[in-house]
Amino acid sequence: MATLWRRRERLLGVSGRLCRTVRALSGKNEYDLLVIGGGSGGLACAKEAAQFGRKVAVLDYVEPSPQGTKWGLGGTCVNVGCIPKKLMHQAALLGSALKDAQHYGWNIAQPVHHTWSVMAQAVQNYVKSLNWGHRVQLQDKKVKYFNMKGSFSDPHTIRGLTKGGKETIVTAENIVIATGGRPKYPTHIAGALAYGITSDDLFWLKESPGKTLVVGASYVSLECAGFLTGIGLDTTVMMRSIPLRGFDQQMASLVTEHMECYGTKFLKRCFPTKVEKLESNKLQVTWKNTDLGTEETDCFDTVMWAVGRAPDVKTLNLDAVGVKTNSETGKIIVDASEATSVPHIYAIGDITEGRPELTPTAIAAGKLLARRLFGQSSELMDYDNVPTTVFTPLEYGCVGLSEEAAVQCYGSDNIEVYHAYYKPLEFTVAERDATQCYIKMVCLREREQRILGLHFIGPNAGEVIQGFALGIKCGATYPQLMKTVGIHPTCAEEITKLHITKRSGLDATVTGC
Amino acid sequence: TTLMKEKLVVFLAGLQYIAVQIINTSGCFKSFLLANCSIMYLFLLFLADGPSIQQVLVELTNQRTVPNVFVNGTHIGGCDATYQAYHDGSLQKLLGDSKDAETYDYDLIIIGGGSGGLACSKEAAGFGKKVLVLDYVVPTPLGTSWGLGGTCVNVGCIPKKLMHQAALLGQALQDSRKYGWQYEEQVKHNWETMVEAIQNYIGSLNWGYRVSLREKSVTYLNSYGEFVEPHKIKATNRKGQVTYHTAETFVLATGERPRYPGIPGDKEYCITSDDLFSLPYCPGKTLVVGASYVALECAGFLAGLGMDVTVMVRSILLRGFDQEMAERIGAYMETHGVKFIKKFVPVQVEQLEEGMPGRLKVTAKSTGGEPEIFEEEYNTVLLAIGRDACTRNIGLETIGVKINEKNGKVPVNDEEQTNVPYVYAIGDILEGKLELTPVAIQAGKLLSKYEFLFTPLEYGSCGLSEEKAIEGYGKQNLEVYHSLFWPLEWTVAGRDNNTCYGKIICNKHDNNRVIGFHVLGPNAGEVTQGFAAAIKCGLTKELLDETIGIHPTCAEVR
Repeated sequence: MATLWRRRERLLGVSGRLCRTVRALSGKNEYDLLVIGGGSGGLACAKEAAQFGRKVAVLDYVEPSPQGTKWGLGGTCVNVGCIPKKLMHQAALLGSALKDAQHYGWNIAQPVHHTWSVMAQAVQNYVKSLNWGHRVQLQDKKVKYFNMKGSFSDPHTIRGLTKGGKETIVTAENIVIATGGRPKYPTHIAGALAYGITSDDLFWLKESPGKTLVVGASYVSLECAGFLTGIGLDTTVMMRSIPLRGFDQQMASLVTEHMECYGTKFLKRCFPTKVEKLESNKLQVTWKNTDLGTEETDCFDTVMWAVGRAPDVKTLNLDAVGVKTNSETGKIIVDASEATSVPHIYAIGDITEGRPELTPTAIAAGKLLARRLFGQSSELMDYDNVPTTVFTPLEYGCVGLSEEAAVQCYGSDNIEVYHAYYKPLEFTVAERDATQCYIKMVCLREREQRILGLHFIGPNAGEVIQGFALGIKCGATYPQLMKTVGIHPTCAEEITKLHITKRSGLDATVTGC
Repeated sequence: TTLMKEKLVVFLAGLQYIAVQIINTSGCFKSFLLANCSIMYLFLLFLADGPSIQQVLVELTNQRTVPNVFVNGTHIGGCDATYQAYHDGSLQKLLGDSKDAETYDYDLIIIGGGSGGLACSKEAAGFGKKVLVLDYVVPTPLGTSWGLGGTCVNVGCIPKKLMHQAALLGQALQDSRKYGWQYEEQVKHNWETMVEAIQNYIGSLNWGYRVSLREKSVTYLNSYGEFVEPHKIKATNRKGQVTYHTAETFVLATGERPRYPGIPGDKEYCITSDDLFSLPYCPGKTLVVGASYVALECAGFLAGLGMDVTVMVRSILLRGFDQEMAERIGAYMETHGVKFIKKFVPVQVEQLEEGMPGRLKVTAKSTGGEPEIFEEEYNTVLLAIGRDACTRNIGLETIGVKINEKNGKVPVNDEEQTNVPYVYAIGDILEGKLELTPVAIQAGKLLSKYEFLFTPLEYGSCGLSEEKAIEGYGKQNLEVYHSLFWPLEWTVAGRDNNTCYGKIICNKHDNNRVIGFHVLGPNAGEVTQGFAAAIKCGLTKELLDETIGIHPTCAEVR
């Protein structure tokens, strides 16, 4: 098989060069569309374009992480993002279920252990099946797939490089850049790169990470720390400033407050200064506590950086073709039609400036782009009111504006915030604490009371928020939502019963049925 | 001064919008005013002697501004003062004083302390009304009874969802091993522990209702209510002591109770959902009779808790529900250990042995084709063949309230008023409006109708079933989109592929507006709630597509 593949690559290499010659002669490009990056957005765009009978190719190549982790086709979401994360989150939820079950009459003999390798194996097998699925789908849709790293050599020509250093030239009429982002490492902390891992490695660890320090306050950080705690690991989050920047801060505090009750340790207003490897193989981390002005230290088995993500543009050689990027973020600047500064070159997904870093938006943007390019559509991607969920132990789902953003846009006199603390029915018998189960709806205050934002903390937040997001997209107003009859007994019904305004100062705790 | 004899006088500067503003700013204020009195507005500018009236007003009230509000000659003040008076109840009192309501003990008596009755009583008390709630649970033939709160809290949604949760946790235990959790193989379920935990929680809710009635100053009597003459009710408590109470208005909220088939042994040996949730012993091998949602939900969680469960069905599952979904629910249950005996009805139940549980012998006969007899032994027989409205023994005939003789339900108008103007009815005893004509279906009357089932695979729907949609719009005008899906959590757990299912029904001629939404899968209730809200806001297929991408795998109506 290996030889076969190599043979094919060589052949392709030849045909690629041939192509360039052909193009030079005829002025025609080999492909109608070439997508660089086989993640959610890129694959969606490629497959959609192929539906219109166009000749499409995808280039995908995973640069191994500094720790040497690599994976297959499908991009971040499938391999090192949403999918493995939600599955490990599910493992943690099942740990809670084991505790709940005893209250519901299930006799489970103690002790209960969690074995990382069993979970990791199952998750990795599933991810590999998805990698394979993506390959098959591309084949079915007659999309050409190259496992190569691409870089521009001229505005219509991409130079592809295989792992073995073999070069292939591909030409295309339209090019879509969808190479996404990768976790950042801090640059000025000794030992950070040498001893630390990132989310790119965590999901592919064969053995348990053990006692773990997660550095950062992003959703990636909180989600990973959450499930690590949930499967019984000693987990600490170190954050310099506020959690979940950009999200509603009241909700963010509730999320971290719950995690603290759940057992995750927090080192707040602290930042690491160095990581050293001891003879015992433990990692000794030294940090500054800015509150106390002291220097502190502790040992961990694993240090994970979750300090943000950065686009992967360097290798693309964008300067050669004049695609403009934001000098600060390094992201590609696009217009409403996802076009870069070079008209036939587009960019979608995490690599684009000012767009949400979310799979569903990348997929939708990719599909719509393909339809505009080849399907005579003019529909643009609507980036407003995109729902999202943070899979912390107590999930947080939201759509629309945070309270802060609403205040900033409209002024606090012109918005009305309805809120409620509620208790999920399942928590009662399980004797689980519901202190942080909270719902907040931000509306305009004027007569129609259009809903600007909806925030929900509780079990199944993603499932709950999805439908409401649709409603908000349809322009839902507070009175309309109140006229929606509740489905009893669910958590989502609490949203249709919100009636206490923050302004009133009344107790927002829901009681009774 | 003669004006001051009017019930409510509002002096205004002559701009009507102010009056409208006062009344419209608060919805409940408005309905309160409309219900209580006709209002006299005086627009000073339009009156010939306006200026002199204004002079008198200033002398009388020391208030120059308008509006200036009087009730029965008592000066209230301006807009803010009127609000204040409304919110602290003094306005209601002033307005109410002029009524001749004194002849009755109460403004409102509610018969039935379930979800509807309690909500109604508290709301009325909030308006300063004197309210009495009568609640009395007639014990089941096996002697089960419960506290305040009605079906939902005691023998309905709440315990059902909790037992369903117990069954889901059983499934979670199986899943957990695949996710790396390790513990001793032998896991057993203890029925008594579960029932005790659930009953403790229900007990706390019962108590909570008592407290909240007291806080709202609603009088509560744990007595059985029966009309003895117009506006008068006889209340009998557990000890047989009788009291009489009168009220201006009555609300019937007695709800429903499970039906018995009237076969030998039914009341003596069988249980219903009224008994199941507090059953002090594990039911063991169980026969569930019926194809209602209660039957399927109970069968589902009993099987999930490890019981040997059989469901005996007369004809089709879940009549009135989308039949494709009903069949999928049944099929899923069958693959998860629930046995179905179709087209049979029990004719006799005999006791073979007393005990907890005992042993019962069930004899059933086929409902069609060759007459066939089926006999089997069970520990428990759970009857779930339907529910009857509790309207036959509360003296309705004495005061002339009409009921549907066939099903005992009470017909009402759009204001929930019965044919006797001072008697209203709410909740489960209302005559259903399910038999809607295609025209009514098109008018969207069913769009706010939900179905929701806690079967092992949960089912949620909003709007029309496919059958009703076809009836209302015609097959050619509909587009049905559907998709099987495999929840991510199920993949690693190795649970069934191709079982979870979503379906939306769109009206092709109305911008592909979604008129029916059906989903079968985990957390279907949570999922459906938001979609219900979205459908209310005019959700179309295009919008749905962009957001969650249900692919049209079936572009044409099947």
